[in-house]
Amino acid sequence: MEIIVWLSRLQFAATAMFHFLFVPLTLGLSFLTAIYQTLWLKTGDEDYKRAARFWGKLFIINFGLGVVTGITLEFQFGTNWRHYSEFVGDVFGPLLAIEATMAFFLESVFIAIWWFGWNRLSPKITTLAIWLTTIGSNISALWILLANGWMQNPVGYVIKNGRAELASFWDVFTNSFGWLEFLHTVPAGYVVGGFFVLGISAYHLLKKNELTFFKKSFKVAAIWTLIWSISLLITGHFHGEEVAKKQPTKLAAMEAIWETKKGADFPLIAFPDEKKEKNIVEVLKIPGLVSFLSYNDFSAEVKGLKEWPKEERPPVVLTFWSFRIMVGLGLLFILLSIWAVIKRKNPENYPLLLRLLLINIPLPYIACEAGWIVTDVGRQPWIIYGFLKTNDAVSPISASQVGISFPAFIVVYSILGIICFWLIIKYARKGPEIENSKIGTSIDY
Amino acid sequence: MEGNIYQIIWYFLWAVLWTVYFVLDGFDLGAGSILYFIGKNQEERTVVYQAIGPFWDGNEVWLITAGGATFAAFPKTYAVMFSSLYSPLLLLLFCLIIRGIAVEYRNKYENFIWKNLWDLAFFLGSILAAFLLGIAFANIFQGLPIDEKGNYHGNLFTLLNPYGILGGFLFVFCFAVHGANWLAFKTEGRLAEKAASLGKKLWTVAIILAALFFSGSYLSTDLWKNYFNHPILCIFPVLSLTAFFLVPPMLSKEKYLKAWIASGLGIFGFSAWAFIGLFPNMFPSSLNSSWSLTCFNSSSSVLTLKIMTIVAFIFVPIILAYTIWAYKILHFKVPTQ
Repeated sequence: MEIIVWLSRLQFAATAMFHFLFVPLTLGLSFLTAIYQTLWLKTGDEDYKRAARFWGKLFIINFGLGVVTGITLEFQFGTNWRHYSEFVGDVFGPLLAIEATMAFFLESVFIAIWWFGWNRLSPKITTLAIWLTTIGSNISALWILLANGWMQNPVGYVIKNGRAELASFWDVFTNSFGWLEFLHTVPAGYVVGGFFVLGISAYHLLKKNELTFFKKSFKVAAIWTLIWSISLLITGHFHGEEVAKKQPTKLAAMEAIWETKKGADFPLIAFPDEKKEKNIVEVLKIPGLVSFLSYNDFSAEVKGLKEWPKEERPPVVLTFWSFRIMVGLGLLFILLSIWAVIKRKNPENYPLLLRLLLINIPLPYIACEAGWIVTDVGRQPWIIYGFLKTNDAVSPISASQVGISFPAFIVVYSILGIICFWLIIKYARKGPEIENSKIGTSIDY
Repeated sequence: MEGNIYQIIWYFLWAVLWTVYFVLDGFDLGAGSILYFIGKNQEERTVVYQAIGPFWDGNEVWLITAGGATFAAFPKTYAVMFSSLYSPLLLLLFCLIIRGIAVEYRNKYENFIWKNLWDLAFFLGSILAAFLLGIAFANIFQGLPIDEKGNYHGNLFTLLNPYGILGGFLFVFCFAVHGANWLAFKTEGRLAEKAASLGKKLWTVAIILAALFFSGSYLSTDLWKNYFNHPILCIFPVLSLTAFFLVPPMLSKEKYLKAWIASGLGIFGFSAWAFIGLFPNMFPSSLNSSWSLTCFNSSSSVLTLKIMTIVAFIFVPIILAYTIWAYKILHFKVPTQ
């Protein structure tokens, strides 16, 4: 493979994965903040007002980096993947344009009203602004996931004038693959947000700091997290069935299945060897489970990787292990959130639970990134599954250009990432503002 | 491919998106580029951040939308433009990233070095972003070495020709005036006076650069060609200059909001002039005019353009409505300590 393709892939993967460190918390924490704010309006309980302010502040710190790193991705389709953009822009471009039109303006304008109007506008307008920010980020997720879904399962186009042209916008909009991605990815963001609130609340509960305040945050977040953790299992299952139907090479790589067989087993642990085309080690096999999960039938036939020539298979080791990490963590999240829900009334008495919740904070992020590796590494060697190869999509630019920009991204993003997480930790440890009257009297810029 | 009305509509909307972007982000980029001239110390500089804090993000969305609309409506232009301008675009991107984060993070930690570093990032990111935008668009106006396949035969330094650099300086100074007017409007007392007097000084340079650019465009580009064919269109450059000449008297009368509107209209008229002059080209080739990318040979299918038109006609008025509403309800003077 040409070096320019490799560099562009690495750059896109790195910038997309970095961007996705901030997206899920944006989705989850905006929703939770909106809920706390609404609870304040409904109950008049000042702690909920302080909660909206405290969690909102952490949300804002995170949001900024999500915004600026998002621009990179939109630019990169053109800068690094010119042939892709030229070939499918007619179908793919509108999804990005609609995302900007319907979502980005909504988010950016109402986040300003929320944050800068806190002291000046009525609480009702602020609440509305928080909800509209939340809705904006969810709409944004829908369109970008429909765009990604189209790369996974291209529909609604015809080949005309030497490119893919839109044939039915309705087909693109109702692409089941994109909707399943939406229904799986957005709740993943809710779970990240939920565990973020639980983990930070746990930190303060362990320190016996602001007990009543953090118990209230904890209770709402525990129930919230459990609901969405379970929903992930369900949508994940349907998503898996769709992958089996639409992307058989990805399914085979996710499960490291080399030979086509009926009743394919699910190995909990395996070490696939891509050169020898088999798994060196395979332990804890659950009989027929892959067939069952994919086709609701323990004896259904699952196609093995050997059905395809080597150059049409995705990287197996990375896809296989990312899938296992995602699913394993997903199951852990259900258990952990069940426990949190059971102890929601007096979590301060269960230090083990609190400690686990605290060290759990990074895990949902890892699960999200692993999920994206399954989705987009598992899609390789296609940029559009079964339709356009990644190798054929790259821009006619010199390798030195990407050779400079890629390390530049690594350096700049690392610095910004460290600063962002450091700020979040700083404000998270500080806890909510103490006197109610002081809230919002200072301008935060 | 036959020309159709949707291609013209989308050329128009494409120009509008870039124009609104220049008018809006222009003032917050401009405010950043005069940061050190407004605030001699950290407390004074804080005011600059407060004055643009609620607005920079929304303003930048116009850039994202302009990019997205180029992708959706003119995928070939998007693909060729963005890959040809790889290095300047990514440089612009880095500038926008660090300055955006500077606005968000600078006042989140009370530390002298921290704030000084973010001030530097905000200043450099803002001024360089304005400069790069000017260079990029001036080069687009005069044409770039694009062959018939859309491959670019040049590099970053190809762009650093006299006309390109003139464009860069023009953008820097016009945005700086626009930013100074905004700061004069958003602040009170001594800082407002300082911004106003700075605005007037910058204005003198900006108007000379504008005169040079208008005449340089006659020599280096085809931008005036459409105006010779349709002289009525000259209302746009006339509007631009008229509005721009209103800036100094408005500043003298301490009518800062009007001064800001005037500089905004000046940028609006300038941008409209340039895009009308460019029409139907979007990314002209300096090697052979038949290789230029136009709204007619680089557009999406009629179906895509129709759908995008419907989306634009529903959502753009809604966006404008709530954006104006937001500017109105966030209409407050930044308190100076």
